[in-house]
Amino acid sequence: MYVAVKGGEAAILATHDLVAEARRGDPAVPEILVAQIREQQALACARVMNEGSLYDQDLAALALKQSQGDVIEAAFLMRAYRTTLPRFGSSEPLDTAAMAIRRRVSATYKDLPGGQVLGPTYDYTHRLFDFALMDEGSEAAPRKAPAPLDATMPRVPDILGAEGLMEAEEPPEGDPRPFDLTRDPVSFPADRDVRLQSMARGDEGFLLGLGYSVQRGFGGTHPFVGEVRVGEVAVEFVPEELGFAVDLGDITLTECQMVNQFQGSKEVPPQFTRGYGLVFGHSERKAMSMSLVDRALKARDFGEATNYPAQQDEFVLYHADNVEAAGFVEHLKLPHYVDFQGELELIRRIRKEREERLAQEQNAMPEAAE
Amino acid sequence: MATLARASRGEIETLLGDPPDHDLLKAPETGTVMVEGRAGGAGRRFNLGEATVTRCVVRLSNGRMGFSYALGRDSRKARLAALLDARLQDEAEGSGLHQGIAALATQQAAARDLASRKAAATKVDFFTLVRGS
Repeated sequence: MYVAVKGGEAAILATHDLVAEARRGDPAVPEILVAQIREQQALACARVMNEGSLYDQDLAALALKQSQGDVIEAAFLMRAYRTTLPRFGSSEPLDTAAMAIRRRVSATYKDLPGGQVLGPTYDYTHRLFDFALMDEGSEAAPRKAPAPLDATMPRVPDILGAEGLMEAEEPPEGDPRPFDLTRDPVSFPADRDVRLQSMARGDEGFLLGLGYSVQRGFGGTHPFVGEVRVGEVAVEFVPEELGFAVDLGDITLTECQMVNQFQGSKEVPPQFTRGYGLVFGHSERKAMSMSLVDRALKARDFGEATNYPAQQDEFVLYHADNVEAAGFVEHLKLPHYVDFQGELELIRRIRKEREERLAQEQNAMPEAAE
Repeated sequence: MATLARASRGEIETLLGDPPDHDLLKAPETGTVMVEGRAGGAGRRFNLGEATVTRCVVRLSNGRMGFSYALGRDSRKARLAALLDARLQDEAEGSGLHQGIAALATQQAAARDLASRKAAATKVDFFTLVRGS
């Protein structure tokens, strides 16, 4: 029998007010502006855009403000908002070779065309607190080189590719439209387009852990960062009524090309293999983790064993989405009164039966001894 | 349209002046475009994620149509940019409006150049230490 329970409306309304107060914090401290989050917490915004799977810096900042900085809650807000919007279509595939570079490093070549550009990074900081940031009024005055960077820089794997040392990366016959997991259910084994889409919107922490597991031997790849690049790329879109590509403006992207050890076959001599990561905003850790797991998930394609979690597409794709994961974990908080009542009755019955059985056995024993 | 997509609402407003009479063929509408990437940069297409886009189509009283498509959710900017797009098609090359657009494009290029020069200042100059003789 299912007993519907109603109630709690007043309590829920009251909690809305209370969470608003909690979010605001001490009213004596000025309220944070969405523009301040957008400009000064850009890396958090990037994470929200990735895991919310929607590029909009203002909305990401608003989501962070509304969620008190809870990144997964913020991603959830982005996902929910996205479902209310019509989709005009798909962009032309991004051309990351034409990126306006702000940072680009390679661990495989010291001297490469375009050079090693450190850009804005915490990599070479000492991780000591800058207590000056406790006060307002910090200003930066970055240096400027006399000349800009090269207008385009070759992607590092393409340099190896020119020598035939790198696994080729070419569109399949007919350059098909990619699968869209927001429109169609995923089935396994999942193709590379499905895997990449799933990881691009997947949880950074989950992918970081999986990428780390691969490095530690649970998936055995030996990667080098062929290249990490960060910068702006134009998004082009062909509106139906115009019939030609329109430039919609720039988005910030991080791309990682991971170079891994060799694969070959009867037809192809041994070559380096690739792992690829591409994400919104400046999100190097996410792009690198994605490229590690991308390579691990190619195990089946290369005829390698798939003994470890990072090599198993079903495991990775079903658990990478933190909005889904949080939904299922956190739904446990919701009322399960009836289910639990059932369990309670069951365990009481089991215990009662056990006691009765023990009592019977004890009564029976002296007789058996006689 | 690329320059207008990157311009601020204020810049477009200043350049357009008083909005001309027009019909809205497509009222400003915010939606998304699914942004595609390519595996490895050049391989198989995949869906990276969506981006917000706002579009608008207008028709001036002389029948000229103007279009606007740009990232973001600014409806007012979309409408003004569509009007400017229509006006630009009516004006001769070298007119004030075209010069205004050229000036905006120059500004945008200068901003890109500045960002690139700041990045270039972080370019590594390697030097090698020679040990022994």
